[in-house]
Amino acid sequence: MNIRGAFAIFKNELQRFFRTVFGSILSPVLTTSLYIVVFGAAIGSRMDPSMFGGASYGAFIVPGLIMLTLLSESTSNASFGIYMPKFTGAIYELLSAPVGVAETIVGFVGAAAMKALIIAGIILLTARIFVDYSIAHPFLAAGYIVLVAAAFALFGFILGLWADGFEKLQIVPMLILMPLTFLGGTFYSVQMLAEPWATVAQFNPIFYLINGLRWTFTGSSDVPIGIAFGFTLGFLILCVGVIAYIFKTGWRLRE
Amino acid sequence: MNDPILEIRNLQKTYKNGPTALGGVDLQIRKGEIFALLGPNGAGKTTLIGAVCGLVNPTGGSIQAFGLDVNRHWREVRCRIGLVPQELSFDMFDKVIRQVRYSRGMFGCAPDEGRIEEVLKSLSLWDKRDEPIRKLSGGMKRRVMIAKALAHDPELLFLDEPTAGVDVELRRDMWKQIEALRERGTTIILTTHYIEEAEEMADRVGVINKGQILLTDDKDAIMSQLGRTEAHFVLADPLTEIPAALAHYPVTLEQEGTHLVYRGGDGTGKGKREVAELAQDLTRNNIAYTELDTRESTLEDIFVGLVAEREQEKAA
Repeated sequence: MNIRGAFAIFKNELQRFFRTVFGSILSPVLTTSLYIVVFGAAIGSRMDPSMFGGASYGAFIVPGLIMLTLLSESTSNASFGIYMPKFTGAIYELLSAPVGVAETIVGFVGAAAMKALIIAGIILLTARIFVDYSIAHPFLAAGYIVLVAAAFALFGFILGLWADGFEKLQIVPMLILMPLTFLGGTFYSVQMLAEPWATVAQFNPIFYLINGLRWTFTGSSDVPIGIAFGFTLGFLILCVGVIAYIFKTGWRLRE
Repeated sequence: MNDPILEIRNLQKTYKNGPTALGGVDLQIRKGEIFALLGPNGAGKTTLIGAVCGLVNPTGGSIQAFGLDVNRHWREVRCRIGLVPQELSFDMFDKVIRQVRYSRGMFGCAPDEGRIEEVLKSLSLWDKRDEPIRKLSGGMKRRVMIAKALAHDPELLFLDEPTAGVDVELRRDMWKQIEALRERGTTIILTTHYIEEAEEMADRVGVINKGQILLTDDKDAIMSQLGRTEAHFVLADPLTEIPAALAHYPVTLEQEGTHLVYRGGDGTGKGKREVAELAQDLTRNNIAYTELDTRESTLEDIFVGLVAEREQEKAA
């Protein structure tokens, strides 16, 4: 493996991220903080904690908002990271360099996941200002956050390879991921839903991700934690397989 | 051929539902030479380079670089190859020095600030090292592309239309830099449609058209085999036919007999000698002329002639 090559890509991507600090960090942190202030602190104070396993509503929505940030940031960072060289033509260098799938994943996907983790970390700290939350399983929470960031950065990388225009780059995050995250229990417990919506919610994959993270925070959730971890890991492996196939065939990369 | 650094055999590329870009190309490149690949737009030059560098998946044939198969030993081979593509393609918002460091790292080389400085200085980019690339002029941007390709000290360098769109002064400056690279032992393959560029720099020339190599040879050999001298004598009085005393020369009457045109020679100076003799014979035969215009054929003439000749052969 070309470790220096992988590190060069990783470093270059992070430098690009810090070059646009306002759009990259401040914007998602501000948006998520507003959610916490408006829903958690203002409206949440009027909600009955017994509906959320005894936790305050503000503490209940923090894992969901972290997941919302992780999914959107890791996906968009990775898709943008690989789409831009394709768009500008700078992809020639990656294709002609001694870097393969492993180096590309470590470089592009690793950097995208790292960016999402940095933002998630800042949001977690910022949330503390407005909401009193605790983390029941901190190590599992950290591990799960890293797993989700990596899986969705891989997914974003595939999107970036697939997209042949800026519009396509936005379709999946805006029209699929965002609605599914909102409908996956970011702001409510599935137990609050009436049938058939409580059953319909079970078919939303993001529902398992949010509840997996919520379990690491509160110790209780709507789904067994094993299913959430298994689903995320399976998704990550599937994405690695797809990327390996893309590099082998050159689909959307080589003419 | 002694010591080929690159050996391409029967290389083919057919795009899905598209034309055949390469129709069985055979090419050998010698170590240390500058090889110019000439061809019109769409001839297959960039596809050929792309196939060697890993940008294009060939549909047939084999490529060996440094004695290694480029598919099987792709890591080792790519470490030793540099590519300057035709388009200016980089992160325009990044600084010059960071982009060059990035390229060096991506090719697996250890950080070496001394070498980066050397590369930037050799391309007169050192003073611009902390400038965002987007603020540089077109010529400077092209130099950044070259600096990026040189950052990992390639032994084989591909320059795809290196001077396209740059002014004459900068073009000459780049020729000097390319010559300096060759002196350091880098083998250079350049594609160009500036025939002057090939004439100025290349040791050998290849002509490609419609995915087929029409000819490869030493530049001087091509000039001597296919070179021609053309001389136009503007006659004081028009002639109706070629006088018998001049019949042994390759001459024709043009423009209603007012121009006696010589087309001959072989690129070794024979044409010029014959034109001198023809001028003396005209005087001896009392055929007066008011103007004489001579020119030697250039690689461009040879190139255009070759392409036209092959087209005619195909049509027949």
